[in-house]
Amino acid sequence: MGPGLGPESSARSMTLQIHDQPLEPRVAGADLCFRKARVTECSVAIAVRCEGLVKRYSDVVAVDGLSLEVERGECFGLLGPNGAGKTTTIEILEGLLDPDAGTVEVLGLRWRTDERELRQRLGIQLQETQLSDKLSVRETVRLFRSFYERGRDVEEVISLVALESKRASWVSKLSGGQKQRLAVACALVGDPDLLFLDEPTTGLDPQSRRQLWDLLAEFRHRSGTIVITTHYMDEAQVLCDRVAIIDLGRVIALGSPRELIASLGAEHVIEFAPAVGDVPPPPDRLRQLPGVCDVRVSAGVVSLSVTELHTVLPELLAVLEEAGVKLSMLTTHSASLEDVFVKLTGRHLRDA
Amino acid sequence: MRHEAREPRGGEDDEVTRHEGHEGIRHEGHEAHEEGSQENLRALRALRGPDRRVLRGSPRGGAWPPLLELTRARLYEFIREPEAIFWAFVFPIVMAIALGIAFPSTGESPVIVGVEQTPGGERIREGLSRVDGIVVRDVAPDRVAQALRDGQVQVVVAPGDPPTYRFDPSRAESRLARLVVDDALKRAAGRRDPWEAREDRIRIAGSRYVDWLIPGLLGMDIMSTGLWGIAFSIVQARLRKLLKRLIASPMRKRDYLLAQLFARLAFLAGEVSVLLAFGALALGMPVRGSLAAIAVLSLMGALAFGGLGLLLASRVRTFEAISGLLNLLMLPMWILSGVFFSSANFPEVMQPVIHALPLTALNDSLRAVILEGTPLSGVAGEVAIMGAWGIASFGLAMRMFKWS
Repeated sequence: MGPGLGPESSARSMTLQIHDQPLEPRVAGADLCFRKARVTECSVAIAVRCEGLVKRYSDVVAVDGLSLEVERGECFGLLGPNGAGKTTTIEILEGLLDPDAGTVEVLGLRWRTDERELRQRLGIQLQETQLSDKLSVRETVRLFRSFYERGRDVEEVISLVALESKRASWVSKLSGGQKQRLAVACALVGDPDLLFLDEPTTGLDPQSRRQLWDLLAEFRHRSGTIVITTHYMDEAQVLCDRVAIIDLGRVIALGSPRELIASLGAEHVIEFAPAVGDVPPPPDRLRQLPGVCDVRVSAGVVSLSVTELHTVLPELLAVLEEAGVKLSMLTTHSASLEDVFVKLTGRHLRDA
Repeated sequence: MRHEAREPRGGEDDEVTRHEGHEGIRHEGHEAHEEGSQENLRALRALRGPDRRVLRGSPRGGAWPPLLELTRARLYEFIREPEAIFWAFVFPIVMAIALGIAFPSTGESPVIVGVEQTPGGERIREGLSRVDGIVVRDVAPDRVAQALRDGQVQVVVAPGDPPTYRFDPSRAESRLARLVVDDALKRAAGRRDPWEAREDRIRIAGSRYVDWLIPGLLGMDIMSTGLWGIAFSIVQARLRKLLKRLIASPMRKRDYLLAQLFARLAFLAGEVSVLLAFGALALGMPVRGSLAAIAVLSLMGALAFGGLGLLLASRVRTFEAISGLLNLLMLPMWILSGVFFSSANFPEVMQPVIHALPLTALNDSLRAVILEGTPLSGVAGEVAIMGAWGIASFGLAMRMFKWS
């Protein structure tokens, strides 16, 4: 399934048709009122703003003074290991949890005073929601559609998430990826301005993940804003305009994936492990090699951040040869957000 | 139901807002509204107020209003759950059949007499077995006490001159059996009666135990399906984080809770008519009151127990806990509220409490209407009790309910 212009353009032509019809004055009046509200909000280019968020549970501080700004139309990622406070943060932004301290503003509105309007304008997918097993795909989407005053057509959303062939199937008969796409369909059916997604691709196979990414691309094409949490750095790298790396309830790095990776000062990472019984050269010796920015040793694996792979690698091998070190493992990869996280925390995203 | 018809923000303003995102074509959106701006302003003024929703049919993208969609979804979930169908429809019938067999509606139950297997027993046995309405069983001398205790026989005759009757006088049926046997044996011995009374046997429909029982079963069914059906589905939705997902949408919380009740009511009609029809047609129970009155009572009962179901489930997070709570609530009512035996058996001091229970109100009023033909006005007190339970528990549930 691709993002495609098909469903979207047909939706536009539909709305244009309605637009052409003469309007009942009362309804037009309501529109005017509604539009006025929109104009003032449009001057605010910030979709989500939170400052100094704190959320404590009995024994842990899940969110510890977190501040963020998400611009309209961007895809913003909250990246961090499990337990970093991503879900707590996004649920505070979604108005499902009350913070112990701090302020939240979504689409220029506050949860305390504007919950009704906010709910109409947000699309939300939660981690671990299990929709009713005994309802069909169509019945489920229809149910959610009924909650929204305006929104997209039920059938249109079903084909958008590529579940046409499953529209009459019960939810219990869907695969994990199909269930996740249905959850996103329920979030999209109100035609939201802002979409919150909490680990939407966790546990999905690569193909299902890609399908979901395509779906989100379609939403962004409609100039929607996305806030997404994930612990997959490749996902953040593909989807997000900007990423906040979160650890222990705080933002430890913020920027576009490109900027964050560039902040390492190195484009590549070399990792090697010496054979059993061999001792690797001291990190200071390796740091002297030209083109090496950083050296880190953890669990017997030495990793070097380097600018130019093709010059460092031969020199490294020469040094190892000189020291008589045999290798049990040697790999290289392009620097990623994972390496940013490792540099900042000394831990890996996966096992942090 | 105001909330069912909210003002649709149709594709119209959808288009407008999109335009506003781009400076270059912003004007287009405004122009579309230029004409009739006077009306617009007037309409705008009319709409300013606590809410600006307009009563007007909305397509809602092909969906019904939320309350109906939620009710429908709940109904589907229920119909597609075979176990739920069994407990709601089949179980009460099986129970009624079993009780119908245990308490047959035709014929009188015979007197069961044991005769000790000692010399002379044979003659007594022959004498008794010729009499209608007496069933004779042999009992070994060492098993007499056991046979009486287990209710295998109601009285034991030990041969002799005169014979001995062994029975437990605290049992009414044993005292009756003793009289019947005594009469039969004396006649067999050649007793002459001064006269023979004429017998006028009248059958009064509705006076049998089974007639009394069916309305009680009906009440019990309304209670248990109401409580279980609602409480379980809510705890399940909470466990699956479905409740949390729903309140993350613009769904109104009240709609969700009301839909649970409404779906219950839709099934109620089926449950009540199946059991009522079975009682009337298969067991010959008289239905003297109006069906409308029975429907109103069932509805009130369902509301009371639906509200209680919501209240019990308002904070519970495990199936174990909700099962415990439901049993804690239902068990006293099974015993106190006169399902299987009359609540008049309990001491006077307990009666005010017993009469305040929703199941007592439901059972008493159903019996009054079905068996005695009392009009609805005659059971207004019971209706009020059930209404109070329903409103109070629903209101409390709304306050206490935890959605995540």
